[in-house]
Amino acid sequence: MDVLALEAKNVGTGENEKKSAPRPKPKALKKAKRIVYFEVEILDAKTKEKLLLLDKVEPTATILDIKALFQKSNPKWYPARQSLRLDPKGKSLRDEDILQTLPVGTTASFYFSDLGPQVTWGTVFLTECAGPLIIYLMFYFRLPFIYSPKYDFTSSKHWVVHLACMCHSFHYIKRILETLFVHRISHGTMPLRNIFKNCGYYWFSAAWMAYYINHPLYTTPYYGQQQVNTSFYIFLFCQVGNFSIHVALRNLKSQGSKVKKIPYPTKNPFTWIFALVSCPNYTYELGSWIGFSVMTQCVPVAFFTAVAFIQMTVWAKGKHRGYLKEFRDYPTLRSSILPFIL
Amino acid sequence: MSAAAAGTSRAAHGPDVAQKKRRGPGALATAYLVIYNVVMTAGWLVIAVGLVRAYLARGSYHGLYYSIEKPLKFFQTGALLEILHCAVGIVPSSVVLTGFQVMSRVFLTWAVTHSVREVQSEDSVLLFVTAWTVTEIIRYSFYTFSLLNHLPYLIKWARYTFFFVLYPMGVTGELLTIYAALPVVQKTGLYSVTLPNKYNFSFDYYTFLILAMLSYIPLFPQLYFHMIRQRKKVLGHVDDYTKVE
Repeated sequence: MDVLALEAKNVGTGENEKKSAPRPKPKALKKAKRIVYFEVEILDAKTKEKLLLLDKVEPTATILDIKALFQKSNPKWYPARQSLRLDPKGKSLRDEDILQTLPVGTTASFYFSDLGPQVTWGTVFLTECAGPLIIYLMFYFRLPFIYSPKYDFTSSKHWVVHLACMCHSFHYIKRILETLFVHRISHGTMPLRNIFKNCGYYWFSAAWMAYYINHPLYTTPYYGQQQVNTSFYIFLFCQVGNFSIHVALRNLKSQGSKVKKIPYPTKNPFTWIFALVSCPNYTYELGSWIGFSVMTQCVPVAFFTAVAFIQMTVWAKGKHRGYLKEFRDYPTLRSSILPFIL
Repeated sequence: MSAAAAGTSRAAHGPDVAQKKRRGPGALATAYLVIYNVVMTAGWLVIAVGLVRAYLARGSYHGLYYSIEKPLKFFQTGALLEILHCAVGIVPSSVVLTGFQVMSRVFLTWAVTHSVREVQSEDSVLLFVTAWTVTEIIRYSFYTFSLLNHLPYLIKWARYTFFFVLYPMGVTGELLTIYAALPVVQKTGLYSVTLPNKYNFSFDYYTFLILAMLSYIPLFPQLYFHMIRQRKKVLGHVDDYTKVE
């Protein structure tokens, strides 16, 4: 056995820098002699039947490479649609995982499930937000067949109704712009049915709120202009806050990098809330909607806010738990969404 | 992380709880569930007996609702506890599914039958009450025996066979009852809120009831076929199953 091979086996020896590097490097040096190709078989997770056998797979191949190879024989199943697992009931393997780092022998068996047609998160976010924007305006301008015909194309005489339209529209335009220019999401795609579920919820909620706020029989807030102004300032404050957090999170990771980092307060005062909360974007979002509810004094808006709060809390708790798992030195003062409370 | 080691046995053994209801999460929870299911079985038996006695006394099927109104309300409402059981984890069912089923029953009992007096004398009420009574007696005794690990095959068979008739019967009774309530609700504006009001909210109970009736169209077949599939799974392997354990 030659010296290079021996030393490649003893990872502990730090004498020669080249040899003590991770396994791929020494193997690349001895390409002609020592590459151990893998055999990969792909089985259906439900029926366990053999779908494909790949031989001579590079040990450095990633799961994504294997998915691409699988797609060659089954063109319908593009990589985003494939879920490969080591165990039919286990977790899906990540695209970045490298074949030789997995707990498999030189013949690897993966179980395949079809995740169904996928759609990119960008597409979902944009449709989710464009809908409410347009729908609300339809009610605001009192298009025909919504209210009684005598009100068609009329305009509300209440200032708060106009303000509400501006706030609602601003909120969704902001979201669309953030989706296009600010957000960096790690998950590439989601199942197609999500777009129907999500859009259904957002569009219906927007229609429901808009119907009452722009109704000819709308009743203005009980405490008048004072109530409207105060809640408007809260709404605005939280919108700026929410945007600040999104920018801060974007600046946390560079394009394409999968390295996770702990977000910290920056020079922007709106980000100082990071000291108390893991997901202040949700905190600010909640604040915005509370502001909007009080400003319009409309039960459907309050209901929508309550539902949003529950959903965002679920997400925040998940994210918070993820942070705690990932980082041992994660600040202990932080709660997931509400400082000290939740 | 050390909390996991402490005695929180309830939902600790995930796979166990999911696979075997009888293995349950603990002796105390099992004892409580046995008592709960026995009480519910007894309650629905009381309703059944009440119906029979009232029929024999009156000599007709009409207006039997009044003779079992109180126990029906009590025991059907008591089923709300089952949602809690799922939430806490002592019963391995989905909270959402159970919640939905129980709430629909409670809705019919209180928001329709109790609230709209005019429908109480309808025969459709007897139709669904009978269906519910027979179903629940079988279902609760099924759970009781399962928890005690002595499930007679007859009960298992009954649970997964009677539904063929009871389900459609109950649904028919329910739909007819809601339908009978519609004109009254429309006329009296029951549970409805109109604009303008300071909450900027409106609710039309009449429309809501119609939507509720329409929701049976997609939901009933799904539930019905789910039960049929369950039946194949549970009763299909009769040979492997030894009767009394």
